[in-house]
Amino acid sequence: MTDFEKLEQEFKAWQAKVEKANEKYPERKKQFVTGSNAPVDRVYTPLDQKDFDYSSQLGLPGEFPYTRGVQPTMYRGRLWTMRQYAGFGTAEESNTRYKYLLEQGQTGLSVAFDLPTQIGYDSDHPLSEGEVGKVGVAIDSLADMEVLFDGIPLDKVSTSMTINAPAAVLLAMYVAVAEKQGVSAQALSGTIQNDILKEYIARGTYIFPPAPSMRLITNIFEYCSKQVPNWNTISISGYHIREAGATAVQEVAFTIADGIAYVEAAIKAGLDVDEFAPRLSFFFNAHNDLFEEVAKFRAARRVWAHIMRDRFGAKNPKSWMLRFHTQTGGSTLTAQQPDNNIIRVTLQALAAVLGGTQSLHTNSRDEALALPTEQAVRIALRTQQIIAYESGVAETVDPLAGSYYVESLTDRIETEVLQYIKRIDDLGGAVKAIEQGYIQQEIQDSAYAWQMDVENGERVIVGLNKFQVKENPPQGLLRVDPAVGERQKQKLAALKAGRDQKAVDSALASLRNAASSSDNLMPPILEAVRGYATLGEICSVLREEFGEYRPNVMF
Amino acid sequence: MERKIRVLVAKPGLDGHDRGAKVIARALRDAGMEVIYTGLRQTPEQIVSAAIQEDVDVVALSILSGAHNHLFPRVVELLKERGADDVLVFGGGVIPEEDIPFLKSKGIAEIFGPGTPTSKTIEFIRANVKRPLH
Repeated sequence: MTDFEKLEQEFKAWQAKVEKANEKYPERKKQFVTGSNAPVDRVYTPLDQKDFDYSSQLGLPGEFPYTRGVQPTMYRGRLWTMRQYAGFGTAEESNTRYKYLLEQGQTGLSVAFDLPTQIGYDSDHPLSEGEVGKVGVAIDSLADMEVLFDGIPLDKVSTSMTINAPAAVLLAMYVAVAEKQGVSAQALSGTIQNDILKEYIARGTYIFPPAPSMRLITNIFEYCSKQVPNWNTISISGYHIREAGATAVQEVAFTIADGIAYVEAAIKAGLDVDEFAPRLSFFFNAHNDLFEEVAKFRAARRVWAHIMRDRFGAKNPKSWMLRFHTQTGGSTLTAQQPDNNIIRVTLQALAAVLGGTQSLHTNSRDEALALPTEQAVRIALRTQQIIAYESGVAETVDPLAGSYYVESLTDRIETEVLQYIKRIDDLGGAVKAIEQGYIQQEIQDSAYAWQMDVENGERVIVGLNKFQVKENPPQGLLRVDPAVGERQKQKLAALKAGRDQKAVDSALASLRNAASSSDNLMPPILEAVRGYATLGEICSVLREEFGEYRPNVMF
Repeated sequence: MERKIRVLVAKPGLDGHDRGAKVIARALRDAGMEVIYTGLRQTPEQIVSAAIQEDVDVVALSILSGAHNHLFPRVVELLKERGADDVLVFGGGVIPEEDIPFLKSKGIAEIFGPGTPTSKTIEFIRANVKRPLH
């Protein structure tokens, strides 16, 4: 009898015994499921891993297929980058917050822009009314960007910018600020999100239709591969897909499908895969189901490595590696008993670290209510530091590998992700699947099912639908000064009065010409930015040339 | 027989978070109402035009950007200007508690914060719809 056969016999006997006991003392639920509604068995054993092959499924850390991590020593070499997403009000206020965060031991910056900036409108545009400086910092021109990074040496910090439709413009501004600091573009490191497909799917800050949007993205890939070689040119994001209600499997599947679309677009534009693929990065969410989340990250690395090597024929191992940032799950936070959110964030951050993230943002306890206060952000940062320095989980690589449960989850997620990717390929790829509303519909179905589970009590959310208490309204929330909009308008008017208007007009005319040709758009955008053309002026030229995206609305 | 309640679910402002709006839209539809969802980035003018054109009984506004104090009252004002002040208007999203009295004084009937069950919103509409359903 083989070991497996012996175990199978033992298992059957054990199961019969347990079932019998169950009749008298039933388990808490008839069916146990993960945070993403996948069934969970009573126990996992080697029988769930009969075909397990260590080398091909896991490999060693820093080796194909990178299931165990992209670095050979992971956090023993260097801890993840602790990077809190921040920005509000004017550039001056955000600059103060960044300096505070750096003093508190944060190791990288992450810029939140306000909605007008993200949609390519200046602060004086009618649609910007009431929105200026609200969810991030207002940036109208290079002048604001100079203030934003004042006193922050751009050759020393890495900066992530959550900017998508106008990513090329903000990247150009960052390069121009560096020039003024005497820092060459070659020395810059950081990330632009630059992921338009998930804007169509879930986040909503799109401007242009898919074709010119994909062109802007591949123009950035090409430009950076030569001029800003240490820049992560895209952060292919599952975060917002998950926040919109996707399951863990859908988060990975739709993100990787988007990734495939970008790689295909760049190859079609004539780029060599190994020229741009090493600079592709990812951005995932971390929710509460610890093991499922860890498995999700591990599965995502394995799937991407195979796609890049086997589907796209990439030769450089750096092209195979899925490097990612993680943010804890905003939609899991409750407005009720907000201190409980600290615990949720801890679990989620732990999942991200056990899953091998390269950088991490931990949400603050008050984010279901408002932008976070300084004190709340400090607790969130301390949460990461306690995990890093006190918990011991960073001392060895991928400590959950070999767990029968975690490996089974990893395999299942991989299988289901591949099924989704096949389905999206059959629809003609991610762009087509988005245009047909397929991806959005899948996410909405999951979001609705989740809400119903919460409302009928099948999903317990502590403090929300169980263990409620009577609460007083929260005190001391951060409020953005409503005068920000006016101040920003005045700054903009002063800028326009003081700049060389002829130079601006000519730079915008060159940009228009480039837009109607097939030239790379980065050089003319950089030229316009240097002359203090505003973000709104630049995007307005591109809107006229490219048109605007009109989504298919459904629910 | 009572006719179906007609609801416009609308996203004023620039934020793209419409998970809540879509879940609400679907829950109201499942509760037997006729629901129209505007999609993102609607100005108060566009929302009111849609409300009048679609002859709705209810406008449900969802916003997470923080621009509610600016945009919600504008919707009520414009409805009034166009003689549609019998339309029930309420809102939801990330809206600080201290803003609620101001919004109510401007004619927003109710504000539902994060974690509100859809059943509560449905009951609220049924109890407060102003236009006759017969």
